[in-house]
Amino acid sequence: MENGTLTQSEGKDPSVFLGEIIGHPVTVKLNSGVVYKGELQSVDGYMNIALEKTEEYVDGVKKRSYGDAFVRGNNVMYISADS
Amino acid sequence: MADVGDEGNAVSEPLDLVRLLLDEVVLVKLRGDRELQGRLHAYDSHCNLVLGEVEETIFVVDEEDEDEEIKTVSRKSEMLFVRGDSVVLISPQSRS
Repeated sequence: MENGTLTQSEGKDPSVFLGEIIGHPVTVKLNSGVVYKGELQSVDGYMNIALEKTEEYVDGVKKRSYGDAFVRGNNVMYISADS
Repeated sequence: MADVGDEGNAVSEPLDLVRLLLDEVVLVKLRGDRELQGRLHAYDSHCNLVLGEVEETIFVVDEEDEDEEIKTVSRKSEMLFVRGDSVVLISPQSRS
């Protein structure tokens, strides 16, 4: 926070990254180890996530699919943009 | 991003998706290998939920079984208040 000008010029805020990958396929891993793959519909400041066409993977095995899914932010370990 | 006033259909933030599920039957995954299916009557920003006609399913690993088979226990309740901090996922459920 001290070097506000530095962060402005050097790097982006993580939320900028999240804004950029909205509408793209993503992988979301939860603290429990469960992985969700889907299209990122939206994210908020709590890292609550709305996903579309979601597939649930437990231990790498596909368990279930959801049309839409809301994931509560506190469970999120990471969000990754699929290439 | 904010106002895409498609008669309230737009999902501009994740909780909008939950708003669209009001009065619908939803699947809620909870911490501790539990799931709820019921009609969503109310929610707030903490994901505190009020569900009606709820079926709770608890997944239990049977430790005595060598295969550690997963068993399910289910129970029903007419109305349930769920504290938001145990919510993991909320999704629409095609009515069965």
